[in-house]
Amino acid sequence: MPPESSTIAGEVDALFYFIMYAGLILLAVVTLLAAFFVLKYRRTKREQTSGIAYNTPLEIIWTVIPTILIIIVFVWGFKSYLKMRVAPKDAIEIKVTAQKWFWSFDYSEGVTTVNELVVPQDKPVKLVMSSRDVIHSFFVPDFRVKMDVLPNRYTVTWFEATRRGNFNIFCAEYCGRGHSEMLGVVKVVSPQEYTGWLEEGAALGEGLTLEELGARLYIAKACHTCHKIDGAASTGPTLKNLFAHAVPLEDGTQAIADENYLRESMLNPMSKIVAGFQPVMPTYQGILKDRELDALIAYIKSLQIEKDATDE
Amino acid sequence: MSEHATPEVSYLNDPKGTKSWLFTLDHKRIGLLYLFGIMAAFSLGGVFAMLIRLELLHPGKDIVDADTYNQLFTLHGAVMIFLFIIPSIPAALGNFVLPLMIGAKDVAFPRLNLASWYIYVAGVLLALFSLFSGAVDTGWTFYTPYSTQTNTSVISMTFAAFVLGFSSIFTGLNFIVTIHKLRIPGMTWFKMPLFVWGLYATAIIQVLATPVLGITLLLLIVERVAGIGIFDPAMGGDPVLYQHFFWFYSHPAVYIMILPGMGIISELIAVFSHKRIFGYKAIAYSSLGIAFVSFLVWGHHMFVSGQSELAAMIFSFLTFFVGIPSGIKVFNWLATMYKGSIDLKAPMLYALSFLFLFTIGGLTGVFLGALSVDVHLHDTYFIVAHFHYTMMGGTVMAFLGGLHYWWPKIWGRLYNETWARISVLLIFVGFNMTFFTQFLLGVQGMPRRYYNYLDQFQPLHAFSSYGSWVLGAGFLVMAIYLIHAIFRGRPAGPNPWEGLTFEWTTPSPPPHHNFDKVPKMTHGFYDYHLVTPKNE
Repeated sequence: MPPESSTIAGEVDALFYFIMYAGLILLAVVTLLAAFFVLKYRRTKREQTSGIAYNTPLEIIWTVIPTILIIIVFVWGFKSYLKMRVAPKDAIEIKVTAQKWFWSFDYSEGVTTVNELVVPQDKPVKLVMSSRDVIHSFFVPDFRVKMDVLPNRYTVTWFEATRRGNFNIFCAEYCGRGHSEMLGVVKVVSPQEYTGWLEEGAALGEGLTLEELGARLYIAKACHTCHKIDGAASTGPTLKNLFAHAVPLEDGTQAIADENYLRESMLNPMSKIVAGFQPVMPTYQGILKDRELDALIAYIKSLQIEKDATDE
Repeated sequence: MSEHATPEVSYLNDPKGTKSWLFTLDHKRIGLLYLFGIMAAFSLGGVFAMLIRLELLHPGKDIVDADTYNQLFTLHGAVMIFLFIIPSIPAALGNFVLPLMIGAKDVAFPRLNLASWYIYVAGVLLALFSLFSGAVDTGWTFYTPYSTQTNTSVISMTFAAFVLGFSSIFTGLNFIVTIHKLRIPGMTWFKMPLFVWGLYATAIIQVLATPVLGITLLLLIVERVAGIGIFDPAMGGDPVLYQHFFWFYSHPAVYIMILPGMGIISELIAVFSHKRIFGYKAIAYSSLGIAFVSFLVWGHHMFVSGQSELAAMIFSFLTFFVGIPSGIKVFNWLATMYKGSIDLKAPMLYALSFLFLFTIGGLTGVFLGALSVDVHLHDTYFIVAHFHYTMMGGTVMAFLGGLHYWWPKIWGRLYNETWARISVLLIFVGFNMTFFTQFLLGVQGMPRRYYNYLDQFQPLHAFSSYGSWVLGAGFLVMAIYLIHAIFRGRPAGPNPWEGLTFEWTTPSPPPHHNFDKVPKMTHGFYDYHLVTPKNE
């Protein structure tokens, strides 16, 4: 098991190891008996075998003992499951939105992050989750937390982190091409750092140039999952040398990648599909604020490098 | 050496000609036709599996891109489940052996039997069509709304599964009637061979559960074609409803796969221990018990799906109770070996492999039935390992054991025992290398259906891939010596294993009409203590 990093993890692990040791004992009994019988009663010469066909006490024993064991496991598993399912009243509530193929987290303080869930240590955190497209599943192995995220309803899970550090978030419900890239991280910080981070986040990258902010957002808003900056096509077209260039579209026409084209591509990605790519990009409407859009456009503009080399 | 000669005339060459095979009503020939079909499907699914493991050797791209990878694991699952495992034991081996075991000339409805094979072929062709028309990438479970939204050929694949369902229903119906009506006089229910009990319990599930899958897949097709919102929330449907429908069939289907395998194991352990079966009634009743409870546990696939806590509790509770009858069987098989005369021929080695691997498969199921532990393990490699231990370590091992056990009956010739033992060893070792590793991956939190993965998982993934090569080598060896046996094998004689069931009283291969004389029940099928052993 990964290191226990939430309040529930210890309980889950205790049951896990109980089943494991009980199971190993049973497996050893079955295997050793089989091996013993094979060695002892191996056919060496032909002889009459015994006619025993039934033994009621034996049948009762090997029915009752496993039954008792599994009732223990059932009750134990259900009790800890209930704890997992019922969030404490004073939990910090964060809205989680899943879509192909990233996570976004909305804090009630007005901060929105992508693929990065910042939470304070030793405080219960309740996640209210929904999906914008297909079913995803929010999974943090270190916390022993997993819950499906559905498009037509809210699902809820909660945890209380006990250790500071970074912990992986996986999508555990198959959701298509980028399923294995739909990764995030839970950053567990001290309560003071958490408060500071929220205040800073609300201020939206003040003190940075637009281009610097854009470079950060390119990673933070998960643009990099599908759009590379090294000129290689991925799930989406590359951003290198994109600005002010002509882009061939699926319908045979062309578009010039100016500011308005880039803005539209982020907010309404289905309106113009680049030739050779699947229409899979989700909308960033409501995720990116105006200043953030400006910053990303500034960043894309800055990716005009080696112009001479590409013209050859 | 060859005290026996293979009979000149048998079902294999009487009547002659391709047409006589394509329109045959003989259960033995139909069983063989099925066998060819499922072995082709198994090879295809196996190739997909090898490609998946090859791709997972390193993180990132090894041989294929993410889309192709997603299609590979979908096709591997769909082919192995719908085209191979479900028909494997009942339709291929069961078809061949069932009438022989109960002393009948054929199944109750020979024409329905042939029809079921043609429907199977139609299903296979549809599945192949979907393969070449933009293969599906939904996973074999076709979860909505992904399956309503993806632009791969979901319709032809689900329609294939829909059609294959009818083939399965026909076989099940046929077997139920056959077992009720065609047993020879004197063979009461509790005198039947245990394989027949296994087939009977299976047939009941096939007939009762398969229609639900049919309806579900049909609804999915209607949703995609006509845009009627049933499962897709964008159209006002409910995706969790799909999961309920799907698992209402697909969980009992797990027992369609394993019950006949358990039947085979009961036969193998009794014959190769030359010993009266222990706890006959316990084994027979536990088959029915499993069949019954299997209808009530589907929700355990959905503990983190958003279903209510109460539902989760009930399904968890019932799930544990489906484990008990399986445990009872394992203990009875063990007790059968006690004071036996154990002969470690290849079929027995498969039975022992089954005993070990299926026990691991069953015990790891306990982790998954326990609610809070399942939350962590759900949709990780732990699940992948668990169901491969039950399906491959269980059903496939039983199938291979049965295949080796009845191979001499089917062809009248024996395979090379040494090579068979080498192959079973390779398969056993390769299987554990491939799949035990995946338990460890799952516990560490490696999610399933991942094209790419974090570096920390690489050593275990690589080990698992190496295991798949050992496993593949084992199957290759098996294919060679089994095919070799058909043409060059030593004549087997009617009863190479000294079995007591009826199929061993008739020549190998059996005549067209199965028995020259109607067999009589002079003793029980497991009364090895009454038989004086022959001296070799």
